[in-house]
Amino acid sequence: MSSPLAAVLRRDLALARGGGGGLGLVFFLLVVTLTPFAVGPDLALLGRIGSAILWLGALLATLLGLDRLLQADHEDGGLDLMHLAPASLELMIAAKILAHWLTTGLPLVIAAPLFGVMLGVGPEATLKVAAALAVGTPALACLGAVGAALTVGLRRGGLLAPVLILPLAIPVLIFGVAASDPAAETVGPLGVLAGLALGYAVLGPFASAAALRLLRD
Amino acid sequence: MGVLTDDDPRATAKPPSAITKRAQRVWSCWPAPTDRTDSMALLSAITSLANPSRFASFADRALPWAAGVTAVLFAAALYLALFVAPPDYQQGETVRIMFIHVPSAWLAMFAYVLMAAASLGVLIWRHPIADVSAKAAAPLGAAFTFLALATGSLWGKPMWGAWWVWDARLTSFLILFLMYLGLMALRSAMEEPSRAAKACAILTLVGSVNIPIIKFSVDWWNTLHQPASVIRAGKPTMDASILIPLLVAALAFTALFTTLHLAGMRTELIRRRLRTLRLTTAARATLSPEPAE
Repeated sequence: MSSPLAAVLRRDLALARGGGGGLGLVFFLLVVTLTPFAVGPDLALLGRIGSAILWLGALLATLLGLDRLLQADHEDGGLDLMHLAPASLELMIAAKILAHWLTTGLPLVIAAPLFGVMLGVGPEATLKVAAALAVGTPALACLGAVGAALTVGLRRGGLLAPVLILPLAIPVLIFGVAASDPAAETVGPLGVLAGLALGYAVLGPFASAAALRLLRD
Repeated sequence: MGVLTDDDPRATAKPPSAITKRAQRVWSCWPAPTDRTDSMALLSAITSLANPSRFASFADRALPWAAGVTAVLFAAALYLALFVAPPDYQQGETVRIMFIHVPSAWLAMFAYVLMAAASLGVLIWRHPIADVSAKAAAPLGAAFTFLALATGSLWGKPMWGAWWVWDARLTSFLILFLMYLGLMALRSAMEEPSRAAKACAILTLVGSVNIPIIKFSVDWWNTLHQPASVIRAGKPTMDASILIPLLVAALAFTALFTTLHLAGMRTELIRRRLRTLRLTTAARATLSPEPAE
């Protein structure tokens, strides 16, 4: 357990445990709480649009935590050390993305069934949403890393990264919501979602590492 | 325009002092023209344009011609579109919006392809002109995408009864528009041109990988949610009386794009030269008390 990847993973997990790790979850709960105020407390209506609300909340909650993904390392010099480390930058970025997903994406997946119940989403649909989120949120984290790498060191990076990344996240949203549809019989959308996640798992670390390398000096 | 045809400062470089070193570092983002004797004549003619000064003088000479061709083509296209093309038997006179709408949509996509190619130039060959091209194309692409959306909206009101429908093509174009805006926002957030060039090139390429995925998923989403709510007239093969004006209009718009792109690139080159001059002046003022002329 002394490889650079494990070290990056352990460090990021420890840092997340240290402070603010649950903030994304609170934000997710807030989105869920605000929706009934916007559309009315009609449980039948909420149950119909519940999976869409859960997806929107998860999308926003994942992207909001992005500005800290690389910015903190940029400020304390950790990024420079990663550039100098013997391991490849792509793999270390992948480890960082994994740690980011474990601390922000996974809690959303676990909490989604509970929030689904609050929105009146049926039990079967709730499980489908959770499964789709489990497959889809890693894709969002990988895309988000590209945005974070491109905006690292910028003063307005916190707002810019979601603006850059959200249009690219539309396919994940489309197939995520489709995979959450309780009326759907096939697992086709879930398969496409998994394909997207695998594709972005390749694209994300490479594009992020390329951005970090090129923008270093 | 004397500043454009000036020689590259490296040609008149003095023995390196602190100032000229600094100036060279600033200028080094514009590499010298490569004069490879083994390459073909055409290739070397094209690569010689990679030199910003040569490109600027080329743009100066080409711009009036491009503008003239654009004006002639537009006169022909407008005449054909407004007087020659017959009104559609279903859509009436509104079909003439097509002569603006379709070329705009074509250029909206062409501009992104151009930017993706230029981004490869930025990342692989580190061409300074490639970035100038990408930067000048972004607002043009955004403008043509907006034009396609706006004319589509105007066309949709009489045809579909609504200013906006979540049709797959409209939605895809809206996303393309947002991507252009994101690229321009990223560009404007970075002060140093060479950093902005690389960041925008990466984002453009990531976007170009994503555009087919987005297009596919939006088409899929649309058929899922709106089965045949928008009835498209089964397309008969387009009659020559409409096809020819449309092709001329497309040529005119392409010429317009070329003209505006050339003008934008020339402006950007002047802007960068000005920035370099400012930096060297500032360096001269702060670094050395000795007179530097």
